[in-house]
Amino acid sequence: MRLGSVKELEKRRKSLRKARDGVRRRIIVCAGTGCVAGGSLDIYAALVEQSRESGLDVEVELEACGGKRGKTGPDYMSASGCHGFCQVGPLVHITPDDILYCHVKTADVPKIVDETLKKGKVIEKLLYKDPTDDERKQGREDITFYNRQQRVALESCGVIDPESLDDYLAHGGYQALVKSLTEMQPDDVIDAVEKSGLRGRGGGGFPAGRKWRSCLAAPGDVRYVICNGDEGDPGAFMDRSIMEGDPFKVVEGMTIGAYALRSSSGYIYVRHEYPLAVQRLEKAIAIARGAGLLGEDILGTGFSFDIKINRGGGAFVCGESSALMRSVAGYMGEPRPKYIHSTEKGLFDQPTVLNNVETWVCVPPIIDRGAAWFAAMGTEKSKGTKAFSLVGKVNNTGLVEVPMGISLREIIFDIGGGILDGREFKAVQTGGPSGGCLPADRLDLPVDFDSLTEAGSMMGSGGMIVMDDRNCMVDVADYFIKFLIQESCGKCVPCREGLVQMHAILERIIQGEGRPDDIGKLEHLADAVEAASLCALGKTAVNPVRSTLKFFRDEYEAHIKDKRCPAGVCKALITYRINDNCNGCTLCVKACPVGAITGKKKQKHVLDTDKCTRCGACEAICNQNAISVE
Amino acid sequence: MSSVHVNRIIDRHGAERASLIPVLQDIQDDYNWISEPHLRQVADRLGLPLSEVYGVASFYRALSLEPRGKTLIRVCKGTACHVRGAQLIQEELERQLGIQAGGTTEDMAYTLEVVNCVGACGMAPVVIVGDKYFPGVKPHRAKKLVQTERDEE
Repeated sequence: MRLGSVKELEKRRKSLRKARDGVRRRIIVCAGTGCVAGGSLDIYAALVEQSRESGLDVEVELEACGGKRGKTGPDYMSASGCHGFCQVGPLVHITPDDILYCHVKTADVPKIVDETLKKGKVIEKLLYKDPTDDERKQGREDITFYNRQQRVALESCGVIDPESLDDYLAHGGYQALVKSLTEMQPDDVIDAVEKSGLRGRGGGGFPAGRKWRSCLAAPGDVRYVICNGDEGDPGAFMDRSIMEGDPFKVVEGMTIGAYALRSSSGYIYVRHEYPLAVQRLEKAIAIARGAGLLGEDILGTGFSFDIKINRGGGAFVCGESSALMRSVAGYMGEPRPKYIHSTEKGLFDQPTVLNNVETWVCVPPIIDRGAAWFAAMGTEKSKGTKAFSLVGKVNNTGLVEVPMGISLREIIFDIGGGILDGREFKAVQTGGPSGGCLPADRLDLPVDFDSLTEAGSMMGSGGMIVMDDRNCMVDVADYFIKFLIQESCGKCVPCREGLVQMHAILERIIQGEGRPDDIGKLEHLADAVEAASLCALGKTAVNPVRSTLKFFRDEYEAHIKDKRCPAGVCKALITYRINDNCNGCTLCVKACPVGAITGKKKQKHVLDTDKCTRCGACEAICNQNAISVE
Repeated sequence: MSSVHVNRIIDRHGAERASLIPVLQDIQDDYNWISEPHLRQVADRLGLPLSEVYGVASFYRALSLEPRGKTLIRVCKGTACHVRGAQLIQEELERQLGIQAGGTTEDMAYTLEVVNCVGACGMAPVVIVGDKYFPGVKPHRAKKLVQTERDEE
């Protein structure tokens, strides 16, 4: 249905809201990548089918929820984007009762229909079990993972149906665009973004308003807006979830940006590894176009703007803005020197504004609720909230969004519920391959752009990987260097060759062949790579080595001097042994791929260390804690 | 001889420079790799030197200039997967399939690839077989993954 004017849109919104208000319950099945992998689409189909069969009044489209009904109104069932709590998925959330069912299987559906939907009873065993006190918690309000969060960018993720413009409109979607087009001049929009203090969420933290203003000031008739959805930092998936869970907001944010910049053409560059995000964005763009919210003469205001999607090619460096623009234009993704500003000469050499996904989705709420509302959150220099992907050795892994300035400790121990299996916290890695590892004594650091950089790491796009005492910091440093060797575009010699040399030294240390002067050599190389590389990839590539050398130097020394890996990771330096916990279950005998373990049932097994390849299969399968690593 | 299908792909995107990557991606999707004749055809139609097209095709990891196995097995080695033991899973899969990461089995059934983060960090470590995601994989389950996949064939 094409909405030819603002009036028509508001009329539509009114009728959708009426339909929504008549809904008795809303049943939301998570259809983010994680839950889909767990079979959530089948669960959704079964829920709809079985509840209809049992005589419940169920609708799957918001529009259909209106009209004359019985006393109670229908149940509205829909899929949603990522709820952020992938670890306990597939998730089913029922509102307004706030019941969150975790680890749901298709086999649980009959019970959910019978007990919960028909009789209103809560099924205890499907509720979330808090690892800190082993208690079952009913809904988001009771679960610390959720109730300590403050969601702006992720507000509608896991709440609305990402494939329904109707649902988006009922949730206040396109209010901000209407406000921009009818009540604000383009300059007012830029003013608002500037006043909100919004800084780029992709890693750099550059003030968005200032970027927009300098693009507008640049000479040229054609301007482009780009959404960077090439979320390459390993361990980060905020943008993926937003694109999958709230694609209309990405489109709306870009449309507002285009209006402010007088641009008529936009691009979304999505990672190759995110097929579902591409699919959802394509659908949202097609629906928005059909509704007159993209394309020629948007809402009859004379403003025209359209968006094209480009899929990435699996190159990490394309997350760098100038490389990304090269890629959109059909070239190899090689960055160029920073003195050429893309706000002046960007895509196809025209003035361009590039922001990442999370930045774009902050724009509609800023316009809608005002710059002051946004600026009231966070710290003096880092305004608003920030989404993080909290992963690794932590009890509650998933997406969290918190006000800037909250401490690492609150994120990891309160929201994250502490370290997995009660082990000891060792480090948290932030900022992706450009960031660093921070130790326990930095846990009270406020999380904002400047504090993290000062501490030797960086905010980056928001990956937060927690490590425990079984993670080796030399191995982690080597992991990132290997990653960057693969991903270096090869243009600058210090990055291309320097990283290879750093890797060779790290590998030597890991193999137990480290030399006394290796640490000094690493530091020397790090200086050279940082000083002489062109783009941020090379300049910051040495951070993982630098930060681990700064905070975990003793671990390097243990490898070099004592030929010992304290965390028990580096294969050349460890031995597996079977201890007295062994109850002779023979699981490890079967698991060992090289036949190094022998033993009979109910007798302590024996491990032949000469045959052992240290693959870890026995340790992974043993449930008696009978494998020791020395 | 030029491929009708490749011509159709080019027509769909338009024979211009900015279409180069989408065209190569579509060929990759449809054929599972990009052959030399296809590279030549793209260069010819887009009016670009073959070296340019080859440069771009070899730059992006999602594009393969060698035939790949029928089923792609991807081991995620993002940071979250790495700290939860992805290396051991990669090694187990290599052993099971008898190939190194990046390689293809002789019968062209499988290609094993290591990828840098698929954004499913909440389920680490993750292995993706075809388009199916397997969460929380343990080394001994990696063995089963391959076996089940083989049985289903």
